[in-house]
Amino acid sequence: MTDDTDASIPKEPAVSQDESGSAVATRDEQHAPAHFENPGLPPHVHRLGDTDPAAAKRSERQVAALFTISMVATVLFVIAYAMIGKDADVILPILGKVHALNVALGVTLALSLLGIGLGAIHWAKTLMPDEEVVEERHPMRSSDEARAGFVAVMSGGAEGSQINRRPLIKYTLGGALGIFAVPLGLQLIGGLGPIRGDVHDLKTTLWDTGVPVLNADGKPEMRDGKVVTRPRRLMRDPDGTAIRLSDVTLGSVFHVLPEGINDTPEPSNEKVKAAVILIAMQENLIKSARERDWGLNGVVAFSKICTHVGCSVGLYEQTTHHLLCPCHQSTFDVADDCKVIFGPAKRPLPQLQIEVDDDGYLYAPHGFEQPVGPSFWERG
Amino acid sequence: MTAVGQERAHSTADALRADDKKDAPANKDGGPVGAVASWVDERTGSAKGISYLMKKVFPDHWSFMLGEIAMYSLIILLISGTFLTFWFVPSMGETTYTGSYVPLKGVQMSEAFASTVHISMDVKGGLLIRQIHHWSALIFVVSIALHMFRVFFTGAFRKPREINWIIGLLLAMLAMVEGFIGYSLPDDLLSGTGIRAMQGFILSIPVIGTYVSYLLFGGGFPGQDIIPRFFTIHVLLLPAALIGLFTAHIILVMVHKHTQYPGPGRTNKNVVGFPMMPVYAAKAGGFFFVVFGVTALIAGLVSINPIWMYGPYEPTMITAGSQPDWYMGFADGALRLLPGFLEFNLFHRTWSFNIMIGAILMIPILWTVMGVYPFIEKWVTGDNEEHHLLDRPRNRPTRTGLGMAAITFYGILFAACGNDIIAIKFDLSIDDITETFRVALIVAPIVVFWVVKRLCLSLQRADRDLLLHGRETGRLMRTGKGRFFEVHQELDAYQRWRLVDFVSPEPMGLPPATDEHGVRRKGARKERLRARVSHYFFKDRIEPVTPLELAAAHHDGHATEAIESHPDEAESGHIHGGAEEIGASHAYGHPAPHDKQD
Repeated sequence: MTDDTDASIPKEPAVSQDESGSAVATRDEQHAPAHFENPGLPPHVHRLGDTDPAAAKRSERQVAALFTISMVATVLFVIAYAMIGKDADVILPILGKVHALNVALGVTLALSLLGIGLGAIHWAKTLMPDEEVVEERHPMRSSDEARAGFVAVMSGGAEGSQINRRPLIKYTLGGALGIFAVPLGLQLIGGLGPIRGDVHDLKTTLWDTGVPVLNADGKPEMRDGKVVTRPRRLMRDPDGTAIRLSDVTLGSVFHVLPEGINDTPEPSNEKVKAAVILIAMQENLIKSARERDWGLNGVVAFSKICTHVGCSVGLYEQTTHHLLCPCHQSTFDVADDCKVIFGPAKRPLPQLQIEVDDDGYLYAPHGFEQPVGPSFWERG
Repeated sequence: MTAVGQERAHSTADALRADDKKDAPANKDGGPVGAVASWVDERTGSAKGISYLMKKVFPDHWSFMLGEIAMYSLIILLISGTFLTFWFVPSMGETTYTGSYVPLKGVQMSEAFASTVHISMDVKGGLLIRQIHHWSALIFVVSIALHMFRVFFTGAFRKPREINWIIGLLLAMLAMVEGFIGYSLPDDLLSGTGIRAMQGFILSIPVIGTYVSYLLFGGGFPGQDIIPRFFTIHVLLLPAALIGLFTAHIILVMVHKHTQYPGPGRTNKNVVGFPMMPVYAAKAGGFFFVVFGVTALIAGLVSINPIWMYGPYEPTMITAGSQPDWYMGFADGALRLLPGFLEFNLFHRTWSFNIMIGAILMIPILWTVMGVYPFIEKWVTGDNEEHHLLDRPRNRPTRTGLGMAAITFYGILFAACGNDIIAIKFDLSIDDITETFRVALIVAPIVVFWVVKRLCLSLQRADRDLLLHGRETGRLMRTGKGRFFEVHQELDAYQRWRLVDFVSPEPMGLPPATDEHGVRRKGARKERLRARVSHYFFKDRIEPVTPLELAAAHHDGHATEAIESHPDEAESGHIHGGAEEIGASHAYGHPAPHDKQD
């Protein structure tokens, strides 16, 4: 408070000494304290149970009742466990159809635990001492002697070890401790990989390779000691059947995987890159000439792996021809090279060129022109 | 209650309890319990330490139970998690489901997923344990967050508790990571999508992103290694770290002794409450059972993460409405709000800031900000004292405003994580929602800061008003001359103390920038910055009522009382209608006898 206000204080402070013994009260305003004083703990008010044995007895019975509920619930848990089958369902209000065993076990376990918990708390609140206890605090700081003692011990230790006088030991120890973890780290990092430094696997998909052409015996045909291959067909996911162009009617959507994906060593690792969505739309709606060229009469195939963080771009809205990724709502326009029209992704979904073979099946003459899926450092 | 009545109550209470004490300590040997205790003490000398611990005093307040809930949830997680390991198979090996859940019969899936369905469907009570584990993980992180709010808004992070604040932050982060890894283990479609997204996050790290991904996944995504590795991290590495840090956290609470709210009898040098034995042992022990019981009740009644409905992870499949568990929501929300143009190519390398900011940088940055906040505030206030009395949030308007702004920022990110759900439920355009959140993320925290700070100042004014004017009793009195006024009842010393026991720091003055020779002093710029920040923190301040002000209010009625402590802003409030007409001595401090408090 400033002097200014002090001067304006009236001559007759009218604070009366109230019955709780406030330290405010002073008749002499010149010596009115600058702050109120802590009045100390208020007088203790006893509970009913402290004075009335009947009330205390009642509390005792309540606590015992809660503990009894717990015991009963525990027994009921055992009974429910033994009596209710794993597959039984029960219809409950609000919750609807629920797993009967789970509900019975959960509720009885809860009652068993709550009985103990509430009983103990009720006991503490009604019967145990409720007079507050005051414990003194002491500063965290150690006494000066203790601190001096600590310094003496540490510097004595340094002295005794002669570490400061023998720099050779000091620096070699530092060096040894500095690098001792390297072998452990090397083993761990070296063993976790493999690291593929060329990130070839992130840049390619199964569409870049072909499947062996089989000869009449069902064996791979060889020419000049090499297996002859042909481009992979588009297969339905998950049944793995080839798709004819004639199957792809206007407005239909196919989830596609490359032919032979289950014959690879790690099909999941291939699926996560090679998944494709095949969409048939009106050719005149397609704005991009390249997109039209790479498709067939408005049937176009795009990578189904989001260019944001790699979720499947699974939601196709036919009327707006938008593809939406359910993870972070990146939206791609199928009519315009699958460019991003909203959301956190930056790059369009790569298009897969498709052609139709002599048997009427769709195939991809070559893989994607750019890496699919999320961005990575070496993508460039 | 009269003094005599109280005395009688006292003696009766003692008499009632005297019964209880008779059997135990009166028996010199202490019976079989005493014998065991004696045996242990002779070998450990622990009687002194344990009796010290058992006498330790803990103050009572509901907000102190938030951290307790976190502690108990951790124990529930350890118990239920141990159960789950007996049936869970942490393997990505392919298997065909042959269990009793019909819709999945014959479906190809990983052993991790199959064993999780087995726990849920074929192990009796397995579903309950799984749901207890998942629910208590959710409750664990909620209670940690609420506990952090309590600690922040009451200033419990101040000296000497800065270290414990940082340990708590680490615990919060580990809890989130532990939760994410835990719900990824079943290898179901939803969590598999989460791991897929996580791999996308890792790939966005400059220079080492692809390497980290290869190391973690043992080659390409998803590979065969991620589930077993996550399992080890989830059941061994992180729990060990969590328990270690948690132990340190609790030991420091013991060493510091618990903080307490200001109140009569409570000072910075004492702690007022109940001793561990028997009251706190019963209350806190009982509360563990209550937390466990409520968790079991929820787990019994409310389904969580029904992985059998999602099906096994299949890289080409996805479900609409893919949300992570709630605590990862804010990071996912950030990813939804960050615009795509933040990704660019430079030097033939890809910089994906649209992913990196939300998924890689945000959590470390937020945690760093939270970690340095106590030190910033200490620097601003220049305060080097120990603080054991908590602040009422209203008495620190700037801190409370900053905290609420941070929560708003977090809340908008969290809401943004549900932008698709909001769009569907409210039939709104997802683009509009996202754009709105983008703007709100910047604007709303500023608005909230301003509003909350003003609210705090208003509440402080209301406190002063209450203290200076007393409570409005609603009783009208008529004077002999026929004038009416409302009787105001003065607060008693205990009620008053709650409202005045705080310090309102003043903004730091600026020392002269040059010394007596007119030369720039060293560090003058730093001091200027400090003075500026201090001014920002404390320029709007309201001081606790002093006895002089109260006296003035009593003496002069409403003419000189200062609701604001700034003398220049002193109000001459005509708040109470006719009261001032008849003079303060009638209006204050003289409630009718039957109104007096007991």
